[in-house]
Amino acid sequence: MAPPRRALLALAALLLLSLSLAAAAFHSDELLLNDDEEFEGLGARPASPSPPAAPAVSSSRRRSADAASAGAGESNAVQFALEHDLGDGKGFVPAGTFSARLKTSAHGTQTLTKLRFTRNELTDDEKDAFKKLLQEDGFYTIRLPSNVLDPTRKDNVVSSIKVRCIPRDSLDEHIVIHMDGVNILAVNYGSVGGCQYPRPMKFPSKWTFSSYTILKTAEQAPRTPSFVDQLLEADNGLGEVIKPPEKSFWAKYWMYIIPLGLIVMNAVTAAANIPEEQAAGQGQPGAQRAPAAAARRR
Amino acid sequence: MAAPPHRPLLILLAGLLVVASVATLAEAIYEDQVGLADWHQKYIGKVKQAVYHSQKSGRRRVVVLTEENVISSLDLRSGDIFWRHVIDKNDPLDQLSLSLGKYVLTLSSGGTILRAWNLPDGQMIWETNLQTSTASNPQLHVMSNNKVAKDNLVLVSAGRWIYAVSSIDGSISWEKEFSLDGIEIKQVLQSPENGIVYAVGIAGSSKLALYHLSAKTGEVLKDIQESFPGELSGEIVLGSDNVLVALNKARSSLFLIEFNSGRISYNKVHVSDLVQDLSGTFKLQSLSNGVIALQTPSTVSLLKLKNTDGLEVVQRFDQPAALSDALTIAEKDEAFAIVQHMGSQIEFVVKFTSDASSAMIREKVNIDQHRGNVEKVFLNSYIRTDKSHGFRALVVMEDHSLLLIQQGEVVWSREDGLASIVDVTTSELPVEKDGVSVADVEHNLFEWLKGHMLKLKGTLMLANADEVAAIQALRLKSSEKNKMTRDHNGFRKLLIVLTKAGKVIALHTGDGRIIWSNLLPSLRASRFGVMPSALRIYQWQVPHHSVMRENPSVLVVGKSGAESSAPGVFSILDSYSGEELNAMRLDHSVVQIIPLTLKDLSEQRLHLIVDSNSNAHLYPKSPDALDVFLHEMPNLYFYSVDILTNVIRGYSLQKSCNIEGDEYCFSTKELWSIIFPSDSERIAISETRKMNEVVHTQAKTIGDHDVMYKYLSKNLVFVATVSPKAAGDIGSALPEEASLVAYLIDAVTGRVLHRVTHHGAQGPVHAVLSENWVVYHYFNLRAHRFEMAVIEIYDQSRADNKDVMKLILGKHNLSAPITSYARPEVVVKSQSYFFTHSVKAMAVTQTAKGITSKQLLIGTISDQVLALDKRYLDPRRSANPTQQEKEEGIIPLTDSLPIIPQSFVTHSHQVEALRGIVSIPAKLESTTLVFTYGVDLFYTQLAPSRTYDSLTDEFSYALLLITIAVLVAAIIVTWIWSEKKELRDKWR
Repeated sequence: MAPPRRALLALAALLLLSLSLAAAAFHSDELLLNDDEEFEGLGARPASPSPPAAPAVSSSRRRSADAASAGAGESNAVQFALEHDLGDGKGFVPAGTFSARLKTSAHGTQTLTKLRFTRNELTDDEKDAFKKLLQEDGFYTIRLPSNVLDPTRKDNVVSSIKVRCIPRDSLDEHIVIHMDGVNILAVNYGSVGGCQYPRPMKFPSKWTFSSYTILKTAEQAPRTPSFVDQLLEADNGLGEVIKPPEKSFWAKYWMYIIPLGLIVMNAVTAAANIPEEQAAGQGQPGAQRAPAAAARRR
Repeated sequence: MAAPPHRPLLILLAGLLVVASVATLAEAIYEDQVGLADWHQKYIGKVKQAVYHSQKSGRRRVVVLTEENVISSLDLRSGDIFWRHVIDKNDPLDQLSLSLGKYVLTLSSGGTILRAWNLPDGQMIWETNLQTSTASNPQLHVMSNNKVAKDNLVLVSAGRWIYAVSSIDGSISWEKEFSLDGIEIKQVLQSPENGIVYAVGIAGSSKLALYHLSAKTGEVLKDIQESFPGELSGEIVLGSDNVLVALNKARSSLFLIEFNSGRISYNKVHVSDLVQDLSGTFKLQSLSNGVIALQTPSTVSLLKLKNTDGLEVVQRFDQPAALSDALTIAEKDEAFAIVQHMGSQIEFVVKFTSDASSAMIREKVNIDQHRGNVEKVFLNSYIRTDKSHGFRALVVMEDHSLLLIQQGEVVWSREDGLASIVDVTTSELPVEKDGVSVADVEHNLFEWLKGHMLKLKGTLMLANADEVAAIQALRLKSSEKNKMTRDHNGFRKLLIVLTKAGKVIALHTGDGRIIWSNLLPSLRASRFGVMPSALRIYQWQVPHHSVMRENPSVLVVGKSGAESSAPGVFSILDSYSGEELNAMRLDHSVVQIIPLTLKDLSEQRLHLIVDSNSNAHLYPKSPDALDVFLHEMPNLYFYSVDILTNVIRGYSLQKSCNIEGDEYCFSTKELWSIIFPSDSERIAISETRKMNEVVHTQAKTIGDHDVMYKYLSKNLVFVATVSPKAAGDIGSALPEEASLVAYLIDAVTGRVLHRVTHHGAQGPVHAVLSENWVVYHYFNLRAHRFEMAVIEIYDQSRADNKDVMKLILGKHNLSAPITSYARPEVVVKSQSYFFTHSVKAMAVTQTAKGITSKQLLIGTISDQVLALDKRYLDPRRSANPTQQEKEEGIIPLTDSLPIIPQSFVTHSHQVEALRGIVSIPAKLESTTLVFTYGVDLFYTQLAPSRTYDSLTDEFSYALLLITIAVLVAAIIVTWIWSEKKELRDKWR
């Protein structure tokens, strides 16, 4: 009776969740990873047509809501470009755009939220270059500006991967951006699944990128525990005495039981030997000799 | 019936005895074990100033000041250290002098701190802080024969200030600040008249000012200023009583400046008129009585003043030579010494300033080849038995060693280059050859017997105090540990150290004696004044299979010049003899040296040198090395940490670089970069695992029989950044401004595996990375205490390998190749603890197989080494560990790490100015060899989990033998008993 009820409950919860999601106009194609903070995965979309309607609507709605509370205008939308290098000698060329919103906290620190990524479609030249790169097992390199607000600074954070790690059905990429305020410390570019070694050559069936992006900020280290209060408590006799957990009978006395068992077994075998001995040595003068001595003579 | 059970009982008893005798192993060592496995050597560094005790004091001592910031009193008869103070590097010592025959005065920190030390025992008498402007070259002048003031005054000049300090209690009797714009006092002179002090200063670059000051009050009696055509370099010396010699800025001419009461007149002399073919830099040195020396790196010219009309050359030495200061011998007569090189000898010449052309003493001294040129000479005189003047001199050589020369002989020498070790590596000793019998070593049978009798007495505790001492000495001498051959346990090795002077020295681990030393010619200063610097030392060839017969060799890498684009220098030395096998001058610079794990056919290790153009060069340049390398090249990556621009970059290697025809040169491609925002983070430290580290087990079994897989990547890099405001000293930043960010980065892909911020924390940061953990030390501004944090990193992707069935069916992925390109699923555990000490260096013990538990070796602020069990730095410690966790050995959580006095590895010794700790695995798994260096050297053996695989030195063999004998006797007796009993039974 119980399992179906649980399943029902779970279903109800899921429904509720999806309803609430729908209400907040979130996408359903979120990648559920436990360690990320702000993410939104978007498949590669053609660059030439305008962005799909749904995200645009959602973002505008959010923006207006935010604008009401923060009093900031449209200026806090940020865009920065992802560039890639296919090793064809052309250097870095734009390959996609990140758009995000800048949130200013009460302390005046700025953070990025609502990161979206749009990939440009690969041109035929790029496809050829990509194929060539696959054949020679080269590096596919991307880069991002190190500061999202100040693109004039020429610092770029770079990341690479062996190109043969990327293709699965489509081109799967996983981008982790490590942020510190508005600075991009590092970008980690990788494939979605593992990357086996040695790397087999494999062309993707679809020449589109499916991208997953994650924004990461630093964790806070926990405070070093301080036991001064507890020590004081212990001095006052307030600290409760923790009873040692009860041990099982076997755990307590095994060291006595085993030798005892051995001795008993020894005695049993000895006892079994004595009648045999007596039976064998009947009528002989040395019949009443000790069994051990008899054993030696044998 | 009764007899047979005796035997097992007895064996059990004997076994218990043996176990009991083994079980009495100590955690710390006992007092009488000090010095058995460890040694401690004291050094002072390269001497830069020396003053002798006056003859009247009767003590033959000299006080020296060294470049390692050490002030020390040495015995002139033996070179032993009487006392020694190592001053902190932030407080550099500038000047040294003696006062009243009983105080040693030192001026430090740019003329702001004046200290007096008691001459006999080195205790500090007083210290005075002086307020001065920033001074480049502070001067210390002790007034002699001052009849004006009761106590001797010490004049300190620094920048625009002159202070007069009483040498008895350090009180300032007067101070004078000169108001002339940009003046810097260069010389303070005592006038022949009573109570007048001359101060010579240079204002701007062309104005010379001369002040007459009252020695009593410091008030200016007279003030003369004179401008000079052309600029003065600032170098100014006193030629004779009233003539100054100054050098102009172009270093082409000298000004002879005469000052008579209230008047300055000068005369200009071109240097090229005096000395031909003068190249490079030169400096002036005054020898009084109108004799001046002009020194260049390779020549010395003695000049004599002809009043102010000009100078004449008295003598010129074309060999590299060194000159001492003038030493007053008799009324108005002064002596000085010149030491110059003559092939394998040095010539020691003493001259009088009154007659500089002839020599009073001319001695030739034989000297070790590997000491280089003479750099400094300090002359001292003594009264011979025939009442005439004798001379001796302390000579500082190019390898920083210190020698005392007297009567044409080297009386003693100190190898003080060992105070400035740059890098350390080790080498195995040669394998013992057949045919060396014990009889050769213990040739004297009587001695041998006596020694063994003594030892027997010692073990039976019959020896008295003298005999115990004799046993101790015998043990020390006995030479098992000092042999020049490889031992079974791997305790005997050669420590090959590279010193700042470019000298390579091999030390025996047994007693620390020098086996060989070699001052590398390629690292010696050239005639053009380019200062080469030694960088690193590596193992070049470690023979194994095919080339077993060859000697191992080491590689020394240096660069010829201070700037980063200076070409590199390569030198390969034989580890057994120290001979230089090969020396190369590279045609590229050395920015990074990457020793590879690859070897060529002759077992030479492959090294990659990255130059300033980011090209990588492969060494050795042999075709088979290239073959091996090209095969592995697609899998080779390296990274560089640029502290100045706050960037870490990763690179891969590409086929060939732009240089034509050089197939051993590879270009690099930047693969990844991490840019730390320079307004909020600054790289404080980066640390990697040791290349030769061995890890025994990949998994860690925790209390509930679960398994955690360690993330064991050789490419793990730990980087810590601090906020720029908190980069200074502790206390310079508020807790709100300070933060420390710790990163764990994969060096192949640049992936940030973990990143954690410690708010309110600041440097200095010290870190050590080993296996799958990193421990780092920093200061917590909020708690006002030092902290040590630990991060352990575990691989989650292999966590499902626990299924035994999978293991049996071969479906686990334990043997699958691991690639850095796969996204790692890691779990990080961390914890931080308070730690009482600040830290100078940190290392971790290394053992042969990595089974033995690890200890952290922490060089504390008191220059000692503390061995702290890694168990204390376990992130899984909790306040109330469960029974299972206790069984696993987890210590209940405490907020601070314990400092157990017995766990100081250095016991009572201090390794002054500790800089580095090196742990070298021995062949015996339980033991690791620890070498600590700073100004001093210390070596010891450590067993972090006790010596579980060998018997200790204290193992009582006598007791074992007695037990066996008793046992055998007991067996025989019981056997006889049983036989008798059997016989009796038969007769019954």
